[in-house]
Amino acid sequence: MLKIKDLKAQIEDNQILKGINLEINAGEVHAIMGPNGSGKSTLSSVIAGREDYEVTEGTIDFDGEDLLDLDPEERAHKGIFLSFQYPVEIPGVTVSNFIKTAINETRKGRGEDPMEAREMLAKMREKSALLEMDKSYLSRSLNEGFSGGEKKRNEIFQMAMLEPKLAILDETDSGLDIDALRIVANGVNKLRSKDNAVVVITHYQRLLDYIKPDYVHVLYKGKIVKSGGPELAHELEERGYDWIKAENA
Amino acid sequence: MTDLAQDLLSSFLVAESQLNGSRNLGVVSLRKKAMDRFEQQGFPTTRDEEWKYTNLKPVLKQDYRILLKGDDAVSFADIKKYLLSDLDTYKLVFINGKYSSWLSESTHQSFDICTFAAALNKYPEVIGDYLGKAAPEGTTFVDLNTAFEDDGAFVRIKRNQTVDKPIEILYLTTDENGPAFAQNRNLIIVEQNAEVQIVERHQNIGTQPNFTNFVSEVFAAVDARVSYYKVQNDALHASLVDNTHVVQERGSNVHVGTYSFGGKLVRNNLHFYADGEHTESHMDGVTIIDDGQTVDHHTLVDHREPNCYSRELYKGIYLGNSHGVFNGKVMVRQKAQKTNAFQQNDNILLSERAKVDTKPQLEIFADDVKCSHGCTIGQLDKNALFYLRSRGIPKKEAEGLMTYAFASDALEYVKIPQLEKRLNRVIADKLGINLEFAL
Repeated sequence: MLKIKDLKAQIEDNQILKGINLEINAGEVHAIMGPNGSGKSTLSSVIAGREDYEVTEGTIDFDGEDLLDLDPEERAHKGIFLSFQYPVEIPGVTVSNFIKTAINETRKGRGEDPMEAREMLAKMREKSALLEMDKSYLSRSLNEGFSGGEKKRNEIFQMAMLEPKLAILDETDSGLDIDALRIVANGVNKLRSKDNAVVVITHYQRLLDYIKPDYVHVLYKGKIVKSGGPELAHELEERGYDWIKAENA
Repeated sequence: MTDLAQDLLSSFLVAESQLNGSRNLGVVSLRKKAMDRFEQQGFPTTRDEEWKYTNLKPVLKQDYRILLKGDDAVSFADIKKYLLSDLDTYKLVFINGKYSSWLSESTHQSFDICTFAAALNKYPEVIGDYLGKAAPEGTTFVDLNTAFEDDGAFVRIKRNQTVDKPIEILYLTTDENGPAFAQNRNLIIVEQNAEVQIVERHQNIGTQPNFTNFVSEVFAAVDARVSYYKVQNDALHASLVDNTHVVQERGSNVHVGTYSFGGKLVRNNLHFYADGEHTESHMDGVTIIDDGQTVDHHTLVDHREPNCYSRELYKGIYLGNSHGVFNGKVMVRQKAQKTNAFQQNDNILLSERAKVDTKPQLEIFADDVKCSHGCTIGQLDKNALFYLRSRGIPKKEAEGLMTYAFASDALEYVKIPQLEKRLNRVIADKLGINLEFAL
């Protein structure tokens, strides 16, 4: 589904990604771990199309198409979803209006008709229940005055509504207490299928107890320095990142 | 002296004896004195501090007709779209300054919602008590209006009464006079513990470059509540100088919302005088303008008594080569301890050619007060824009949605849902976004 080859990216002459290779297939869950500043968030931003980053080398292929030529909204229309580490507050736009707009613009981008109002409402009810969100959520301004946990739940709610092929969860566990973590992870697990894939970007093992990865990659200084199965995450939890740093010094 | 000033002086000599209320000696002398002051002072120029950023010269160069004829050819179908058609309201409609009884719905029953001319005959003593008492003498446009003022809306709500439906005041100009220089005046008196909602609009329904010099005086007595909405979405060849002056007594609550989308040059002079304790003064507005338009908000809130609150929130969105001006003055007199004054002016420039001059002014002579002010001029937040786009919303729609969200909190105090909906629709339309955003 996603093939990243020798990807190099920089921001303001500062080289952050120094040759990433990664292949993700439908039905898989990948975890990308690594110490702070290793380039985890940059990688997710580059996949989603943030324009601040300049890709200097390499390719990102998504279902046979070169992603790097596409605008962020076009990537979303293809089925890429990025859950933000710091979701943006948009006062004056309610959650329900926002998601309605996102869904219908996505459908328009795919050449489909807008979703029927009744279907939209039913879906919102179902997905907000899945994330154990109170109904009043939907009429609140997007992320405005939301707690850290509410913001992350709202991200997964949007993911559930948009049903992406590839979901990238960027530090979704940061700022979550254990209950919120369970709810968010449960939401993600319910959305998993053989047709979609999930990339979990995290600093800690904690979230991976709930969202079980098939593959774990360690990103360090802009490169994937180690890949393995779920046991790698446990090893990192026990030993920290110092041995990775030492091995790659 | 400019040609227009000379025309005004000679027209005054002709008009003096013909204007409504010319047998009312008090009004006659008020007019004469105002004209004398105008003769001495003339029109302001950009050398005057108060007009530094807004150049009147191009609009004052026009050859205007000053003594106007009405226009009987205007039908309800012509004006329907300027009214809140989905809502039952009292209506006062003026065409080229002349009252149109067949388009209006006035009343004298429980309260007076009628014309200034009628009130001059019916309540000369009331007029004497209030006319010119809020709008300051010595201001060119107020003086000029006082000299020529012939008709306009008269609203008097008696003690403890709440008006059962909003009042719409519509001032239309047509092509009947060639370029017209229209001058009308509202007198709004809201007595103790009474309540009223007013929606006002100036609209040029012709093709001539008409100019309106308008004065509105509002008196809010003890515990009175006034909501006053100004919808400014006039044709691009129309210009307006609006002078609205509000005097508040103890415990009164007055909101003036100004929504500026249209017109070539619009200048709003909005002054609040808090003359009693525990008053609340709210002024807010949204400005969205494009090529060839200037909107200038000059506000003053004068805190003269202790324990009062004022809130001021103006949002501006500027496209094309439009020009916005905000000058907000908050005066806190020595006596006005425990004043709580908030002022904020936020602007977004959506074009490199658009320009904003913003100037908050605080003059505080009391020592125990809470006053905050701020102004921002910016572009849309890139991070937020990426967030929206990453959810599948295209760039143009994302910008529109964010701009809409930016503007919409200045509509929070609109109490008439039909009006709020209408304003939302105009904003969405101006920003070229799908209505679904706004509802």
